[in-house]
Amino acid sequence: MAEAHPVGFQWVIEAKKRGAKIIHVDPRFTRTSALAHSFVPVRAGADIAFLGGVVNYILSNEKDFREYVLAYTNASMIVSEEFQDTEDLDGLFSGFDPETRAYDQSSWQYAGQQDEGQEEGESHVDRETASGLEQESHGPPIPADVPRDPTLQDPRCVYQVLKRHYARYTPEVVERLCGVPQDKFLEVCEAWTANSGRERTTALVYSVGWTQHSVGVQYIRTGAIIQLLLGNMGRPGGGVMALRGHASIQGSTDIPTLFNLLPGYLPMPHVSQHETFGQWIDAIRHPEQKGFWANAKSYAVSLLKSYWGDAATEENDYGYGWLPRLTGDHGTYQQVLDMIDGKIKGYFLLGQNPAVGSAHGRAQRLGMANLDWLVVRDLFMIESATFWKNGPEVETGEIVPEQCKTEVFFMPAASHVEKEGTFTQTQRMLQWREKAVNPPGDARSELWFFYHLGRRLKARLGDSDKSRDEAIKNLTWEYGSSDEPEAELVLKEINGYDLESGKLLSSFTEMKPDGSTAGGCWIYTGVYKDGVNQAARRKPGSEQNYVAPEWGWAWPANRRTLYNRASADPEGNPWSERKKYVWWDAAKGEWTGDDVPDFEKTKPPSYRPPEGASGVEAISGDDAFIMQGDGKGWLYAPSGLIDGPMPTHYEPAESGVANPLYGQQANPTRKVYDRSDNLTNPSAPDRHAEVFPYVFSTSRLTEHHTAGGMSRQLPYLSELQPEMFVEVSPALAAERGLTHLGWAHIVTARAAIEARVMVTDRLRPLRIEGRTVHQLWMPYHWGGEGVVTGDSANDLIGITLDPNVLIQESKVGTCDIRAGRRPAGPGLLAYVKDYRRRAGLEDDSGK
Amino acid sequence: MKDRSMVPKAEFESYYGRPIVRPPVWTHDIASYLFTGGLAAGSALLAAGGQATGDVTLRRVGRMTTLGALGASTYFLIIDLGRPERFHHMLRVAKPTSPMSVGTWVLATFGGVAAVAGAAEFAPLLPSRLLKRVLPPVGDVAGFGAAALAPALATYTAVLFADTAVPSWNAVYPELPFMFAGSALASGAGVGLIAAPGKPARRMAVLGAGIELVAGHRVEHGHGLLSEPYQQGRPGTLLKAARLLTAAGAVGAVLGRRSRVVSALSGLSLLAGSALTRFGVFEAGVASAKDPKYTVVPQRERLERRSASSP
Amino acid sequence: MGSNSLYGPIDPATDAGYVDAPPRMGFFTDTSVCIGCKACEVACKEWNAVPDDGFNLLGQSYDNTGGLSANSWRHVAFIEQPVTSDVLGSVSSSKSPQFLGMPTSEPPGKASPGPTSDFRWLMMSNVCKHCTHAGCLDVCPTGALFRTEFGTVVVQQDICNGCGYCVSGCPYGVIDRREDDGRAWKCTLCYDRIGDGLTPACAKACPTESIQYGELSELRERASRRVADLHSQGVPAARLYGHEEDNGVGGDGAFFLLLDEPEVYGLPPDPTVATRDLPKMWKRAGLAALAMAASAVVAFAGRRG
Repeated sequence: MAEAHPVGFQWVIEAKKRGAKIIHVDPRFTRTSALAHSFVPVRAGADIAFLGGVVNYILSNEKDFREYVLAYTNASMIVSEEFQDTEDLDGLFSGFDPETRAYDQSSWQYAGQQDEGQEEGESHVDRETASGLEQESHGPPIPADVPRDPTLQDPRCVYQVLKRHYARYTPEVVERLCGVPQDKFLEVCEAWTANSGRERTTALVYSVGWTQHSVGVQYIRTGAIIQLLLGNMGRPGGGVMALRGHASIQGSTDIPTLFNLLPGYLPMPHVSQHETFGQWIDAIRHPEQKGFWANAKSYAVSLLKSYWGDAATEENDYGYGWLPRLTGDHGTYQQVLDMIDGKIKGYFLLGQNPAVGSAHGRAQRLGMANLDWLVVRDLFMIESATFWKNGPEVETGEIVPEQCKTEVFFMPAASHVEKEGTFTQTQRMLQWREKAVNPPGDARSELWFFYHLGRRLKARLGDSDKSRDEAIKNLTWEYGSSDEPEAELVLKEINGYDLESGKLLSSFTEMKPDGSTAGGCWIYTGVYKDGVNQAARRKPGSEQNYVAPEWGWAWPANRRTLYNRASADPEGNPWSERKKYVWWDAAKGEWTGDDVPDFEKTKPPSYRPPEGASGVEAISGDDAFIMQGDGKGWLYAPSGLIDGPMPTHYEPAESGVANPLYGQQANPTRKVYDRSDNLTNPSAPDRHAEVFPYVFSTSRLTEHHTAGGMSRQLPYLSELQPEMFVEVSPALAAERGLTHLGWAHIVTARAAIEARVMVTDRLRPLRIEGRTVHQLWMPYHWGGEGVVTGDSANDLIGITLDPNVLIQESKVGTCDIRAGRRPAGPGLLAYVKDYRRRAGLEDDSGK
Repeated sequence: MKDRSMVPKAEFESYYGRPIVRPPVWTHDIASYLFTGGLAAGSALLAAGGQATGDVTLRRVGRMTTLGALGASTYFLIIDLGRPERFHHMLRVAKPTSPMSVGTWVLATFGGVAAVAGAAEFAPLLPSRLLKRVLPPVGDVAGFGAAALAPALATYTAVLFADTAVPSWNAVYPELPFMFAGSALASGAGVGLIAAPGKPARRMAVLGAGIELVAGHRVEHGHGLLSEPYQQGRPGTLLKAARLLTAAGAVGAVLGRRSRVVSALSGLSLLAGSALTRFGVFEAGVASAKDPKYTVVPQRERLERRSASSP
Repeated sequence: MGSNSLYGPIDPATDAGYVDAPPRMGFFTDTSVCIGCKACEVACKEWNAVPDDGFNLLGQSYDNTGGLSANSWRHVAFIEQPVTSDVLGSVSSSKSPQFLGMPTSEPPGKASPGPTSDFRWLMMSNVCKHCTHAGCLDVCPTGALFRTEFGTVVVQQDICNGCGYCVSGCPYGVIDRREDDGRAWKCTLCYDRIGDGLTPACAKACPTESIQYGELSELRERASRRVADLHSQGVPAARLYGHEEDNGVGGDGAFFLLLDEPEVYGLPPDPTVATRDLPKMWKRAGLAALAMAASAVVAFAGRRG
């Protein structure tokens, strides 16, 4: 966190000054470790074993916050008799189909609900379309009424299922798998449990490298299970915090730049699953389900009205037919492979530098070299704009500049201080930015670019009578009269308004399903409440309560902590005076507190829904997790996850260690692109795993920003970390004859890159399963352009994805490292090919 | 053989062995200036002596050497500036806490009178009868003035070096002025031995060399670890050579008094010795600043002494 | 102008002749919360338009700046250090001596016996100390270096002629001559900002309040409280550096909380301003000058005038 989020880290320091104990778990000793009380080294890719061990510690020592667990989680719910665990099936859950490598999830359901589960076919489509990502705010479909055992004794209740699942994740196993000494591990368990409960809460903070694993979603699930068991969700000082990798990454999922989502986590329609408007709406709201998704039609219609205004009518399903449809996997990695295969002709790159920043850099560059046209909008001439003349493949002869047919249009972009708008940070808080200076030269804002692109497209299509052009022709496109569109008009459109009166909406509850309201992103409704740009509020923290509700604006409804109903006990009283946050004021008959209550304001804790209720009405007075189908926090996920209802330790897709717990080596449902240009290093126990004997991980340095486009171009930042380097332990340096500041090269089945050697005690080999595992680490900031240049670590990485969200496994892989520089020119290809041959990956039959 | 085991091997910590105090940014121009400044001072005394004793040759040679050395000094001082065109900024203030400021004024004043004294030697060549008559007596006054300032010119440079954080310069402040004074005398005597060998020059040579060698010995051996840079490496070699040349020059001055050639060689030897002394001292200081040992160890010892002496 | 005392605890602005000077301002750099982000280095360069310092991988942990120089007025030092647990102290909440957890690849039982060795990574943002008795200021022959009303030491770039004396005058190795420019440069404690009531750029940019700016007297109190806190939290290694008014430079305007000996960070353990001994030096020079004059007289003695 100190490495990549130094500004946010000030609050950790603040907590430390007040006596908080800071524990840092990481494969290597970083600037965060330097400030932590306790550093816990862990083998990269073994996090579920570690956290599963914590779950086991909690359950076997009964350290859970029992009243909270009983009231607010699904611990007491009874799971189907047909469910079989990984403990029974050697690493697979029941329902696995080896053909599609997907699960029939019906056996995972609660008892009596088996019909609800997804079959393997749907599960496969969900993987293709990363629909797991929708659950970010959805809560997957689950009916309201489920059999329970409040005593938690039933062997099929979630509590007991969970306990059995993690029984083998003992401190000894954690030590064997993760390389964490048992006393060290127990210190973490004790600190975490001792600082949770009525009087205390613990925050789990992770950076998004955690998501970059073939089991990334399940990593975070494990953390969430612990936080639920310890009563740390929905309470002040608790939570699971994702530290985003750039400014407004939260914003870019809320109002998404993702292929499978529309604003506000409405799913992008699928060509076969959502043929009609009604099917689409029902797929979102699940008619029999509890919660606020029941009003999905209001959100969807308002969105379509904001797109197409008067052209969106009830008769034409508000223009539903004009929305694009998913036909399968259109994720960024599929797109790259499609470019290589010539299926994609044109591409827009906006503030992104995949030639350096995305996994499998070679594939990224070779794909872009096979386009007809490419538009790059960036602050500087980045590698993704110059790959055709300066990329590493030019040196190897794979790209010949004179023959590369890609026409690259470089459009200089305005930086964040040269334009106005909002950032949405990890707390879902929008903060308005003023423009400080005009952009230099021809640089323009994104808003300017897209506004004028749209304006020109509309002009071009003005005379068209083709139905396919109606979507663009009918777009509402009024953003002021000046050359630069007014960003506040966009924010107002996102907020939503009453089409009749033009009045800005103050809450998404005012949205209507009849086409009388428009709103670009239902969860953002209220950001322009009372006609005031709420995101621009800057009231100092010292002039308001500690939650600081008048600084910026957080979705939904300016709520700073989600599910904060859980900060009060089932009766609505604070769990403790020390941790009071939101509570039921019986005298006034309403929820009140320091934050905006995440509950219907006047629904009393004693409320119980009538028989057969659904939607908001079905939310009980103690259903704290109001977006979940059953109103509960899920220790066990009967639905929604493609790779299993409970996190299970699988080895990374590339690992030198045979899975010590199960016969199943890696995540069986991981997304694999099995192609000759995307080979995976062999893993133990397979033959040839020893060709790539070391574990490597990559991440950032404080001094640079991601692919370096914003830092390697600047002397003041470049001088602070001027060269690509690789960190190795003294032991590994001795083993491979590497010298400090000398050169080394690192090899995988994809590529070989070179780096200067940094020998440091901050990396030390781990003892795993009775043998020594060396880990090495690299920053991934370097490329061929800028003040300082170097090889790109992402070139080493192949494309293997998490099945739920299609995020690449880029934080762990296997490699070899050798002293000296890599071969240059065509010799490099032969060098890597020889490694592939030795690893048994070169098939002479040309498979 | 000198016993070097007197200085125990220093155990100390540092930041990657990097210097703590910054090595001087001065170049060898400053070492050269030390020599030419000393030579100017020494030869001004020689000239004054000649003037006082009616030795015209000595006076003339002394004054001319002073003039030449003064010119060289000014040149070296100015080109060593980061902004030579701003050399006159030195004359904005007179600052007693800055030996360089003091030195600037000493040098400027000395330069003024020495220039007049030097110019007086050209009086016979001048067309103006008035100047021909007035200049020589004015030159004599100026010559004594220069001589009066010469010791200050020769010794302020020692304070210039000592008043720094450069460990081996700072530590030797008690002896360095003597070393430089002796060296200046020796170089002045050297000029005398070459141009007009005689008793005064020989005496001056012996006295100068003696002072320089005695003070130099203290510098090189009297300061424990901080004397080390004067003994080791290039500065050590330079100072060793300087010592030999100076000693040889002094001995030659006495023993070779009947031979013009030996006298001249002795004079050259003294001049070379004086120059090498300056380069040696200069480089020893630089070396002491480059190695953090010379900053850390003595300061650590000082701290330990202090904590031992306080309850 | 004032008396320009050479030594001892004084108020430098008053000593320099200011009447009704504002309170002395300074930095307290608490290295125990420094995260080594180098924002101070960058903010300083941005505000003061300091050029880059070259692109060299130094291999000194994450320090590629090397040290303070004409082109780096803040410098973050990184020290990777194996230490024994008694140095680290123990955290009050943990039961055993603190073990930061560096693992060993030795099989159980094969590790060498002895004290638990562990590891720490120290970071420290160094800066000009703005000494009460500033060697650079004392020796500057042009008056380019001057004492501000805030008690800080600043170079006037329109005066400096690059004589380089200040470089050797600084006991901390801070001030430096810029090669392509010829003049001496160093931290100004953002003289152009603090005069307008703004915080210096480095302190403003520091995310963890490792760099604190304020009235020196108040900072000194804050610092001693912080040291006491750290000692009570089981960090016995915490100590202040440069805060004492009776140290060799009469107290630093920028002082530090360190977790190890100063020299580990590249700081002199007991710096002294050379000018303290200047009277003695002049005395020795005077004696030498007399000896020289006397020698000349002796050399010519007995000759007819």
